[in-house]
Parts: sequence; C-alpha cells; structure tokens
Amino acid sequence: MTFPSSALLAQSVLSGVFVGALYGLLGLGLSLSWGLLRQINLAHFALAFLGAYISYQLASVGGMDPLATLLVIAPCFFAIGAGLQWLFARFEVTPLNSLLVTFGLTVIVEALIQWLWTADFRRLESTYGDAKFRLGSLYVPVPELLTLGMAIALSAAVWATLRYTDLGRSLRAAAEDAPVAAAFGVNERALALVLAGACAALAGAAGVCLALSYTLAPSQIYTWIGVVFAAVMMGGLGRAFGPLIAGIVIGVSEAVTMALTAPSWAPLVSFSLLIAVLLLRPEKL
Amino acid sequence: MRAFAPILLAGGALATIPWWGLPAFYESFLYLVLHWIVLATSWNILSGYAGYFSFGHGAFFGAGVYATATLASRYDVPFLWTLPAAALVAAVFGVLLGAVVFRVKRVRGELFALLTLAVTFVLATIVLNTPLDGGPGIYLSAVPIPKLGPSVASSFYLLALAAAVGTVAIAYAIYRSKFGTGLFAIHDDEDVAEVMGVPTYRCKLAAFALSCALAGLAGGIHALFVSYVTAGETFSITVPLTVVLMSVLGGTRHWAGPALGAAAITALTYAFTAGDVAIAGKAFTGVVLIIVILFMPQGIVGYVMARRRRPADAAVPAARATATAQAPVSPPPDTDHGPMLEVRGLRKAFSGVQALDGVDIDVRRGEIVGLLGPNGSGKSTLINVISGHYRPDAGTLQFEGRALPVRKAHRIARAGIARTYQIPRPFAHLTVLENVALPAMFGAAALNRVAAERDARQWLEFSGLAGKSNVLPEDLNLHQRKFLELARALASRPRLLLLDEVLSGLTPGEIDAAVDLIGRIREQGTTIVLVEHVMRVVMALADRIVVLNQGRVIAEGLPADVMTQAVVVEAYLGKPRDARS
Repeated sequence: MTFPSSALLAQSVLSGVFVGALYGLLGLGLSLSWGLLRQINLAHFALAFLGAYISYQLASVGGMDPLATLLVIAPCFFAIGAGLQWLFARFEVTPLNSLLVTFGLTVIVEALIQWLWTADFRRLESTYGDAKFRLGSLYVPVPELLTLGMAIALSAAVWATLRYTDLGRSLRAAAEDAPVAAAFGVNERALALVLAGACAALAGAAGVCLALSYTLAPSQIYTWIGVVFAAVMMGGLGRAFGPLIAGIVIGVSEAVTMALTAPSWAPLVSFSLLIAVLLLRPEKL
Repeated sequence: MRAFAPILLAGGALATIPWWGLPAFYESFLYLVLHWIVLATSWNILSGYAGYFSFGHGAFFGAGVYATATLASRYDVPFLWTLPAAALVAAVFGVLLGAVVFRVKRVRGELFALLTLAVTFVLATIVLNTPLDGGPGIYLSAVPIPKLGPSVASSFYLLALAAAVGTVAIAYAIYRSKFGTGLFAIHDDEDVAEVMGVPTYRCKLAAFALSCALAGLAGGIHALFVSYVTAGETFSITVPLTVVLMSVLGGTRHWAGPALGAAAITALTYAFTAGDVAIAGKAFTGVVLIIVILFMPQGIVGYVMARRRRPADAAVPAARATATAQAPVSPPPDTDHGPMLEVRGLRKAFSGVQALDGVDIDVRRGEIVGLLGPNGSGKSTLINVISGHYRPDAGTLQFEGRALPVRKAHRIARAGIARTYQIPRPFAHLTVLENVALPAMFGAAALNRVAAERDARQWLEFSGLAGKSNVLPEDLNLHQRKFLELARALASRPRLLLLDEVLSGLTPGEIDAAVDLIGRIREQGTTIVLVEHVMRVVMALADRIVVLNQGRVIAEGLPADVMTQAVVVEAYLGKPRDARS
C-alpha cells in the first residue's frame, strides 16, 4: 500500500463529498416516506432513473437545458407519487408489503425503461457535461457541484417546511400518533398524498442530477439501493439533513478507501459503518 | 406425521423423472424450481415463522457457493463431500452473526432486514478482494460430477430433489413442533413469548442456524451447476429479493407456502425468457406480484387457509363466562418454609423517575395479596420486574428459597411464575387454543404439544372460552380477551400468579364472573398477587393488602385495617385541608 499525495487525497475527499451528496439526495425522499409514511419505497430508485432518462430525452433530443427539465419532471412525478399513495391507502398496505409492492413497481419501470431506451448505456451530453474549474490544486466538476448545491437546497427546504410550517407540524404529528393527530383536525390522508407526491418529486430531482453526472443503464437501478439505504438508516428516518450528512460521511470514507487501497474495497467501509450504527446506536431511530 | 408421507411419496415419484427419457431441458428447469424451493423454504424457517425478515439470504447461499468452489477447485475435495462443509460454513457464519445481532433488542423488523443486507455486501467485498475469489471468479468445469442419474443434468436434478424434499420435510416438522409454536409466538410478540417461557434467543439462533445451513447446501450444489462462480453474481440482490417474493407470494406462515411461491415464480420467469417477450415478461412478473400482495396480503396458502377457517367460525356458539368446568389438577405445593416470594430493597428508575424506591414485600404460599396504590405508584413496574421484563437497579428477588434469574424472563416462567397483562397481549396470528397451549408447553408445566393442547382445552372450558378455541384473538371482545389472558397464565400451571388489573374495563356482571374464577384458581393452591383498582373485588378476595405509593410500601395488613389508615387515605385523596396548615 503506497500512501497517496495530499493533493490526491484532497481530491478523493472532494469526490467523496460529491458522491455523498447524490446519496443524500436519493435518500431524502426515501427517508421521508419511511419515517413519516411508514413505507419502504424501493420504487424511489426506479422513479429516480425514470426521471434521469426523461431528463436525458428532453435535453439531448428536445434540446432543453438539463436543469430546466426539472420544471417538467417535478410536477409529473408529484402526480405519480400522489397516485401511488392513493393506491397504498386504498389497500392498506403494511410497511413490509410496501417493500414488495414497490419492488414490483421497480421491475415494471425497469422493463419500461428497457423497452423505450434499450439496455444500452446512455450519456447526457450537455453544456455542463465536462465543465470543471480549478480551486487551488483541486479540480471541481460543475455537474457534481450542481448536485451538491441541489442536495443542500432541497434538504434545507424540507427542514424548514417540517419545522416552521403548519404542513410540516401536521406531518410530524401524524407520524407520531395518527389517531390523536386526526382528533386534533389533521387530515392524515390528504397529508400523505402531498408527502408522497413531494417524495416522488424529490426522486425526480435526484434523477436529473444522476443524468448530469452518470452514465445510465436500466440495470443500474439496483446498484444504488444498498448504499443509499445505509445513508438513510445512518441519518435517522424522517430527518431532513440526516441522509445528506450520512451520505457524505459514507461517500468520503469510500473515496478515501479507494485512494488508499483498491476501489473494490470501498463497500466494506460503508456497510461496516452501517452495521456498527445499527448495533451500537444507543437510542431508538 | 400426516404430511411426511405425501412429501416423501412426491419426492420418490419425482426421482423417477430422469429415466422417463425427457429432453435435458426439463431436468435443468426442474433443477431451478427445486433450487429455489430449497432457498425460499429455508429462508422461511427464520424469517417467515419468527418474522425476522432477512435480506441476507444471499450471504449464506454465497458462503455455501464459495465453500464448495474453494474446496473442490483448490483442495480437490470430492464434490459430494464439499456439500456438508458448505452447509456447515453457512451455519457457523449465521450462528456467529445471530449471537451478536439477536442480543440487541432494537434490531428487529426493518433494521434486521437492513443489517443482513449490509452483511451480504461486506461478505461479498471480502470474498472479492481475498484469494477466495480475487476478482476473476472460479472455474469449476474440471471438477468431476458423480454420476447419480443417466446424465449430468439428471445428477444435479436428483441432488436438488433430495435437498428440496429434506428442506420441506424439516420446515413441516418445525411447523408441527413445539419449537415452531415458539417461533410463531416470537413473530407476534417476542416480549410476551419470553415471559410465557419461550427461550426466544435460543429459538431464533437455532432457526437461523438451520435456515443458513440449508441455504449453504443449496449454494454448494449450485456452484457446480453453474460451474463458474463470480462474487458479483453470487452476492447480488437477486437472491434475497427473489426468496422474499416467493415466500410472500406463497404465504410465510405455512410450511408449504414458500415452495408453492418458488414453483410459481420460477415457472413464470422461465416462460418469458425467450427473446422478444423478455421485457414484457419482466413487467408481467411485476404486475402479478403487485396484484397478489394487494389482494392476498397473506399469500396464496394464507388466503386459502383463511377461506377455509371462516365458515367454521359461524357455527361456534357464544361462550358463557359462567362456565363451571372443573380445572385441571395443579401440581402439589412444595412443603418448604418461609415466604414463597421474598422481595428486598427493590429499586428501579426510568430516566430520572424512581418507579420503585426500595420495596420489601413477602408473599406467603396460598394467599391472595392485593397490591394497591394510586396511578404511577409502581405496581405495574413491580410486576414487570418480578416477571423478568425489566432488570432491577438494586435489590433481591427470592422465589421458593432461590434467587430469581435477572432479566431471563423465560427461566422465571419455568420456575413457576406467570402473569397477565393489563391490556391483553394475545398472539394475534395464533388461534385461541394455540395461545393457551403455548404457555403449557414452555411454562412450568413443560408439556409436549399434544398434552398441551389437551390441557389448553380444559383451561378454555375453565375460563368459559371453550366455544372459541379455533378463532383468532381479534374476534374476541374485551372481556373474552381478559379471560384469554387468565387462561394463558393458568395454562403454564404457575405456583405464583401475578394478575395485573384483569378486571379493568369489565361490566359488573363480568366482574362477578371473574371474581368467581379467581376464587376457584386459589382453591387449587395457586398463590396470587392481585393488582386491582376495583375495591370491592380486592376486599372480597384478598387475604392481605400491600399499598404502594411513589415506589414505596406505605402500608400493609388485613384489608379492613389497611384501608382506614391515614397514610393510605392521604395517598389516594390528599391531605385534609386543616392537616396541611
């Protein structure tokens, strides 16, 4: 094992922060729906990839600015999320069965993507594409920086909404004790529709960021599941900044491991970290 | 024994297939069906029966794959000899993991699922980066395959068939056994199961070990079937997700559910693997899964079983609480001297609140002690500490002259102490009869399953629930649930019975029936500690009264004397105005 130069190490830490930001952005909606709706939504990953492909299509064929595609994707996904929540409420799906139903949805979306865009790799070529700038001895790629900015902005928005608005307070009350919240006039069903819609829109936002910096293939839906769940659990369910902070911790630890040893050792760090958190964390999640 | 013969007969019939002269394709297809039956059924032993959903089945399957691959390719161990090793490696790995994880109470439900998934990725990374694999995968085409049937494909088919028959038979045996009942109770309410005498930690560990061993065996066979193993393929998310889907589709609460689900999903995916329809087939599998979960959340077998049980319910007549059946004979009391239960200096605090603040209580053999006190005085905490639910901060508990094991609720139950819960906590998915039979198997009586069910019927009759033995607890009203709590506590044949507000919420008529019942319990020689707010009941039943207030004993003695003492009146009603000034 050779010890890398400090510049290389700093660059790894930076790339770890960027990857972590995407973990956090993917985890944000997942954490909210798990913590506040008690749903383990595997379809979140499928929606994110669907968003990425739509963004790719609108930007590379339709000529839109990749970030502007979010204006189209977010409202559409909000409607999809709310529709799915209606279905979940209609059939009173338990948390465990939600996992299975959303896995079914994931398979369907994967098939849909494969049918529309084939199983080949797709890469969004845009004005941001390879843009990067120098900061001291570090290279900062623009698409990743946009992802970090979006992750921070959306986490802050979710945090402020949960903390300061009536909507957020009702959501937290309903998650804590639904019958009591209902007795105090909280319309739990309507809230759940809004929240599920928002989570799906967040998946869409994560999808746009995916399209900006990564090569897309339908089968890659599954590669993100493990590490993003690790970020969600470590960050604490239903907490706005939890996934982002945990995502960055995981991303940086992975990047440093890759720099110090071989890239193939990277998962060991993040998942050992997750196991340690699960076993040693003193209070309830 | 009823299903062993059909399982073995079916296995024997299927074993003749290689000699029918079918194309090799069928044997390979059937191999896959059997392979998934082993994996799904073995997963179900822990995850379905006990409710510990594991997403780590891929890790134990993979441990088996790499055990066989390494032994066969590097050490030239004959293929068949590697299979027991594959099962053993997976089982040891599972036991080591379980020994850590099952001690942490918090890691249940989703957290257990996530933890086992993380373990899979950790193991995959280690395998990939060490000489076990090293990256390029392991070729096994040079390993000789023993000739069990007319062709190589049929050899694999017969091996998988033997594994599948064995696995399903094991799942069935557990389903019918005392061990299985314990697992089902853990699924519904682990804490109550422990208090009823189920050694939950050991049960989970044993189920996990079996589950892992069988997955390892399937892995060992599969390593040679695919003949080229890679870490990426072996430890992919496909194995855990597929076994979960198969089991849930078939039904996780029945021994045959996972096998049915495995056959259905394997057939479904195989039907769609050809060219153009592959994508449509994938989407179709997703649609089938969603529809089944939405309309049959209990799985196919669960759905059928529920349909079969319903019509029987209608015919059951309403139970009468005033039934006068004779109770089964209880064990003769021991003849040693001194108090039966001796509590000394017991203290317990919850984040600053001193719930028990140095409690001394004696309970003598054969008496009924009324435990009184205002809300929050520590009565329920005392019951919870004696029954082993909480660990005391300080103090000693002696039962029949021996110290009670601390925080080992199942051993306390074995020692002869039973309790009821203020809010009934029946096992939701066990029938009323099974609910009562469980403590008879795991409590002080320690009966076998048949004797326990016979006993349970008597206790149901004793408590007026005889007509309800085959319904689920959700179909009982509050009063019947309270009596079910009593029947469960009695079925373990306790020498000391702790009753925590069994009468709250009942109507006066129901209370009279319950008082009659408690009187009859005492006549059999059972000692009772009665926590109760209904004063006329305490006055009628109790030989002696102990009053708690703010975690301390403030008075004890004969009922009529205690209730007129100034400290007791004060604790309930406050100080008179003139006394305060």
